[in-house]
Amino acid sequence: MFSFELLINAIVIGILLGGFYAALSIGLSISFGLLDIVNIAHPAFIILGAFICFVFNSHYGIDPILMGIIFSPVFFIFGLLIYRIYYERFEKTGAEALRGLAFFFGLMFIIEVILIMFFGVDFQMVQAGYTDFKATFGVVDIPFRMFVPFVFAMLMAIGLQWFSSRTFFGRAMQAVAQDSLALRLMGIDPAKIKTIAFGISIATCSIAGALLVIVIPIEPSVGRLYIGQVFAIVVLGGLGSQSGTLIAAMLLGLVESLITTFFGPSWSPAVAFGALILVLAFKPTGILGRVGDTRG
Amino acid sequence: MRNNRFYLVIGVLFCLSYLATSFVDNQYYFFAGYAILQLMVMALAWNILGGYAGYVNFGSAAFFGLGAYSAIVVLQLFDATLFTQIIVAGCFSGLVGFGTGYLTLRLRGVYFAIATLALLVVSETLIVNWDYVGGAAGAYVLPKRNPDILGVLVVGKSGALFGNYKELLFFLMCTIALITIVICRFIENSKFGRGLAALRDNEEAAESMGVPTLKLKLIATSLSASIMGITGGTFPYYMTFIDPISAFNLDISVNALAMPLIGGTGSWLGPVLGALVLGSLQQVVTVTISSSINLLVVGLFLVAFVIFAPGGFLGLIQKYWKRGG
Repeated sequence: MFSFELLINAIVIGILLGGFYAALSIGLSISFGLLDIVNIAHPAFIILGAFICFVFNSHYGIDPILMGIIFSPVFFIFGLLIYRIYYERFEKTGAEALRGLAFFFGLMFIIEVILIMFFGVDFQMVQAGYTDFKATFGVVDIPFRMFVPFVFAMLMAIGLQWFSSRTFFGRAMQAVAQDSLALRLMGIDPAKIKTIAFGISIATCSIAGALLVIVIPIEPSVGRLYIGQVFAIVVLGGLGSQSGTLIAAMLLGLVESLITTFFGPSWSPAVAFGALILVLAFKPTGILGRVGDTRG
Repeated sequence: MRNNRFYLVIGVLFCLSYLATSFVDNQYYFFAGYAILQLMVMALAWNILGGYAGYVNFGSAAFFGLGAYSAIVVLQLFDATLFTQIIVAGCFSGLVGFGTGYLTLRLRGVYFAIATLALLVVSETLIVNWDYVGGAAGAYVLPKRNPDILGVLVVGKSGALFGNYKELLFFLMCTIALITIVICRFIENSKFGRGLAALRDNEEAAESMGVPTLKLKLIATSLSASIMGITGGTFPYYMTFIDPISAFNLDISVNALAMPLIGGTGSWLGPVLGALVLGSLQQVVTVTISSSINLLVVGLFLVAFVIFAPGGFLGLIQKYWKRGG
């Protein structure tokens, strides 16, 4: 059963999968990690993005990643609107813990059912020049269906990491996370910064969706499966740390790929959530997290 | 005086639900009625933790599904009766609820919400990979012929308490719903309920005033989970077939959460109203349009209510009364 060849391939696929997971969860590490907005509909937005890419790909043959980038400003504006509602209705009144959570949960189902009404529950996939291509190095196979998304995921993760640690606005985002009261005292409105930051987090969903639809065939409710992965990665990465998120994503991708290879794919959904339960129970601050973040 | 009237109504409803099984012929009413009552019990159970203590549970379907599958396990092992199955289902789900709560309730509420979601997927995966209870393919449940309790025939063509299993299950679910209502009302008026309300409004303040918050949260979680388990325990009989996808469906979770938030979370009347109105609407929509639309109905109602009417139906009614008087 065990073979070295299988192991090497599982590790390669795991790394590619990890990069892809990083793309899915990097937006959530901003919204949940930094802004403390529990956007449980994050994967649903990714699926929405994926279906937009699918439509343009199947009708006009446009490259899905290009489509994802073109549509990200639209998602950005979408994010601004959602945050305004969230802020006015829940954050201002202190109701985010119960009603805010329910709001995103409801949003998730609305997106899902609307997609079902338009596309049905069949699995859909995209075609591009590179999707059927495969590079072989000795015993190692690298499918481009996973490699191309991996490259773009890395670009996005590194770009966001640079943005949030080097630019003025990125540092302002970190400041909101650390002490929004102090920010207010300095005459800056945290809500304004949070609005734009949430817009960015939703904008990443458009690109992540494009990558998703390249990696696997999609159907409207497939987003449910990714809630576990993205939240596990963000918590494991230590809430709001982009580099932590990247490490956690790689780790989860590797473990999942190894489990799928050696125990069978029916066990893989439990990996992310099992990891999440263990992390929450024993080290809720994550790998790179600060102490004392988990009690409100 | 109010107490007496409440228990009188509960007693009358209990009798009516039995009478209905002997006088109503159309089996569809029992089928639909059971579905609505199941929503109601799940909503009431969710509200014990969500409404009274303010902790969001996304994993209602986990406790429901575990209840359903523990019923299957005892059926496989001992050929157990429906009654035993329900008890075992309630105990097992309650224990799992206690365990989950013990691990995560010391963290912020958000983490509890995510952990319950995690529990849902982990337990579904375990069941999918466990062939003894049918695995991914599911299992059939054949109701026993002519079951009896202490010599009295319970289900049979003639001379029995119920004409068929649908009627028995309807009556059973009615009884469970009424008992749950009594429990919820009791909690609201008790020291326990006031403790939960205190920790919902400000956990640190409550803790420093001597409210044993963790203990109260754990009791609430276990109670809520075990009621969900009991509801799940009857589910295999209702469907006569069970598979992991239907037992651990996220739809169950969203319904359990939406009904109280739409009805109003402060009192037991909220989840009851929410489940009656939305559950009936769902039945109508399922019959007239399609069953995927009824999720859209729930989603739209949920989002609209949390944005525009945070008090739910109850809040709206109160506002209307104040304006009128």
